[in-house]
Amino acid sequence: MTAGAAGGAAEGLDARLVVRRGAFDLDLALTAAPGEVVALLGPNGAGKSTALRALAGLVATSGGHLRVDGADLRPLPSERRGIGMVFQDYLLFPHLSALDNVAFGPRCRGEGRRAARRRAAGWLERVGLAEHAASRPGALSGGQAQRVALARALAVEPRLLLLDEPLAALDAHTRLEIRAALRRHLAGFTGATVLVTHDPLDAMVLADRLVVVEDGRLVQQGTPAEVARRPRTDYVARLVGLNLYRGRAEAGTVLVGEGPETLDTVDSLDGEVFLAFAPSSVALYRTRPDGSPRNLWRARVTAVERQGDRVRVQLSGPPFPAVAEVTPAAVAELQLSEGSLIWAAVKATETHVYPA
Amino acid sequence: MSPRGRAREGDRPPGRPPWVLVAPALVGLAFLVLPLVGLLVRAPWSTLGTRLVQGQVLEALRLSLLSATLATALCVLFGVPLAWVLARVPFPGARLVRALVTVPLVLPPVVGGVALLLVLGRRGLVGGWLDDAFGLTFPFTTAGVVLAETFVAMPFLVISVEGALRAADLRYEEAAATLGATRWTIFRRVTLPLVAPGVAAGAILCWARALGEFGATITFAGNFPGRTQTMPLAVYLALETDPQAAIVLSLVLLAVSVLVLAALRDRWVGTS
Repeated sequence: MTAGAAGGAAEGLDARLVVRRGAFDLDLALTAAPGEVVALLGPNGAGKSTALRALAGLVATSGGHLRVDGADLRPLPSERRGIGMVFQDYLLFPHLSALDNVAFGPRCRGEGRRAARRRAAGWLERVGLAEHAASRPGALSGGQAQRVALARALAVEPRLLLLDEPLAALDAHTRLEIRAALRRHLAGFTGATVLVTHDPLDAMVLADRLVVVEDGRLVQQGTPAEVARRPRTDYVARLVGLNLYRGRAEAGTVLVGEGPETLDTVDSLDGEVFLAFAPSSVALYRTRPDGSPRNLWRARVTAVERQGDRVRVQLSGPPFPAVAEVTPAAVAELQLSEGSLIWAAVKATETHVYPA
Repeated sequence: MSPRGRAREGDRPPGRPPWVLVAPALVGLAFLVLPLVGLLVRAPWSTLGTRLVQGQVLEALRLSLLSATLATALCVLFGVPLAWVLARVPFPGARLVRALVTVPLVLPPVVGGVALLLVLGRRGLVGGWLDDAFGLTFPFTTAGVVLAETFVAMPFLVISVEGALRAADLRYEEAAATLGATRWTIFRRVTLPLVAPGVAAGAILCWARALGEFGATITFAGNFPGRTQTMPLAVYLALETDPQAAIVLSLVLLAVSVLVLAALRDRWVGTS
């Protein structure tokens, strides 16, 4: 999957976006093969939206390059880049019907009114909204508006499709269904797609490849499965719900941080590594357990919060901070509350070590 | 006065409105309404019909409506682009230009009339050249009336439209740009429809201001019945010779403005 990305082929998107504005500094290499969906994932203010706007020509870049199917788009203004963009709250023109919204792009590209409307009607049909052609955007639901916005962006037959938080404006209720529909539509699109989201689940479901951006820099990329299994920053670890540590491995033991604490693993890997384990693999004890699980440490509980039918227990260092996930019954049994001191343990077989 | 909680809509504010506020409010209202009542009370209702059809009244009314409408058209034609430039194109000295645009608002209209004479008068800076080259003269013509009214009314339109442009969501224009629209197309098909209520409100203000224009008109265009004598000028003139006629003219002007504003308000600025 990543081979197409690294190749920097003439096909699809090949860009390096450099935007400097005061303290803000974005420098991001980004590629996307035709048909590939790349998700830019990152915390607020990381620069992912700026990257998308730079691709669209709405933000001036101060360096780098931008090619789509070999054509240099960087010197072109937005209206001549031939890209399609779906904005966060869709920005359908409120004074035009759904049909005329979709026909807007083709009209701007010089098509006659009737031809443009015919094309627009075809696109509305494809997204399943043929019967809403005459509706004003105000009369559409969030999901319908999103599909009109998608049809509007695709109607200009772009070679690069940009989606800015395409699901953020929807309520949790309809989100699932609309995400599935969006995935279907994206699968039918032959050009490159870049989407921005702060929701890891949206990114995992919609994208073929994740690009994680923090502070204007790429910090990790890979398929959703790779990223979910091997997070490389605290932010990504939190997103995918893993405890993550960096350290030095030697003969099955990882020296975490500066030490002296160590964690045992069954992976035979030496040198700088990441070590990850799931919160559910952390066992908690009130008193020091008998027999000795090798990775055992004393920890203080800093927060206890319910999540679905599980309870997340935040443990503070030293030796290291971690999150444990236990059942509500265990919480009662252990009499867990903020501030209590407990024993925590992780089996060596539950840890996962990979090169840093 | 309960400080607790925020009043919800539909809740009555606590207590009775204090007289310190209600009394001056009533005085203010009376001050605004009484003169209008005076007009109605003193109107020569018995002879109203015959006076109305007198040539002079209809002539002045026709001229007033025509010139105010033409002036409004000119204001829209030049004022909307001016407002767009002020709102969308950053340039050095923009603040100065914005201040200059509003000068006619605070300038006594008579001074505006004098200024227009100096520029567009037969021997004015531009007027002399226009006269020589094209035989165009503005002072003491109907065209002069329209220009005087445009000068005085344009700031109302520019301010109203510029406000609407600044309030409009720029991201719609960005969306249009990504769809391939040039700036002119964006203006025509996205920006203008979005600020249409602002343009309508500005045009109405403009028209009302132009309809009531007196100072600049009489200074620049004079007071010739049938040519440059608009309703306000006719009212002023009649007051010296025939006060009853002045009242009739005033009534007509009042009725027309109220009618037109009410009609337009329902149509364009009613629900938006």
